[in-house]
Amino acid sequence: MESFVFYIFAFMVVAGGWVVIYSNNLIYSAFSLLFTFVGLAGLYGLLMADFIAATQILIYAGGVLILLLFGIMLTARKTSIEITQSNLPRLPGAIISSLIFLLLMVVIFSEPNWNSATNPGVKETVPVIGKLLMTKYLIPFELASILLLAALIGSVFIARREDS
Amino acid sequence: MLPIEYYLWFAAALFAIGVAGVLLRRNVIIVFMSIELMLNAVNVTFIAFSRQMNNIDGQIFVFFVMTLAAAEVAVGLAIIVAMYRNKKSINVQDMNLLKW
Repeated sequence: MESFVFYIFAFMVVAGGWVVIYSNNLIYSAFSLLFTFVGLAGLYGLLMADFIAATQILIYAGGVLILLLFGIMLTARKTSIEITQSNLPRLPGAIISSLIFLLLMVVIFSEPNWNSATNPGVKETVPVIGKLLMTKYLIPFELASILLLAALIGSVFIARREDS
Repeated sequence: MLPIEYYLWFAAALFAIGVAGVLLRRNVIIVFMSIELMLNAVNVTFIAFSRQMNNIDGQIFVFFVMTLAAAEVAVGLAIIVAMYRNKKSINVQDMNLLKW
């Protein structure tokens, strides 16, 4: 049962990712990215990371994807949504990405015992995450908030029209 | 729990798809989406190992990766919009102002 659910979500993610890089239409790419993010949230749920799954939906499907759609709409002309395929040399990129995939598989296979434990997992993730963020990871947490503030100001500054 | 190899293979496949997107496509927004795919593949690995080791620290790292991804998308899209305004193009090959 668990492997069935895993295969469904994994197929959703991989097929969505394939459409993202293969489609000639930017809107199709963006919407298949939605399937990818939702499938990933399902996988996180399968791994008992419920809070991460909710965050994935909120941040990626709700935030990043909407930003990307805004980016598409702000930059698309009527003729450029359909991306014309130029005759690029595709072979080197395909070879490099397959080599990376093969390398990762070799690394995964060469470790014989990943020690597949049967531990029950952490039951409640939210209290533990909250405690860790306020104690052990307090400084990275605050730095992340500063980073977000800087990104906010910086993106407004960069995207602003200069003729004011 | 399923054996962790399943999640590792899956993450490797997703990462390879992201690399292929970055290398093969010439549209900046597609390249952006591919970078998001790669970051998500890393997140899957983090969470799988966090479950495996019964240690919640991996999930904290996923939060920081998500924060970085959100900041990156915001700044990157601002750059794309500014570039589109100047060059009327979002093709990677037109971003050659700093090319030597």
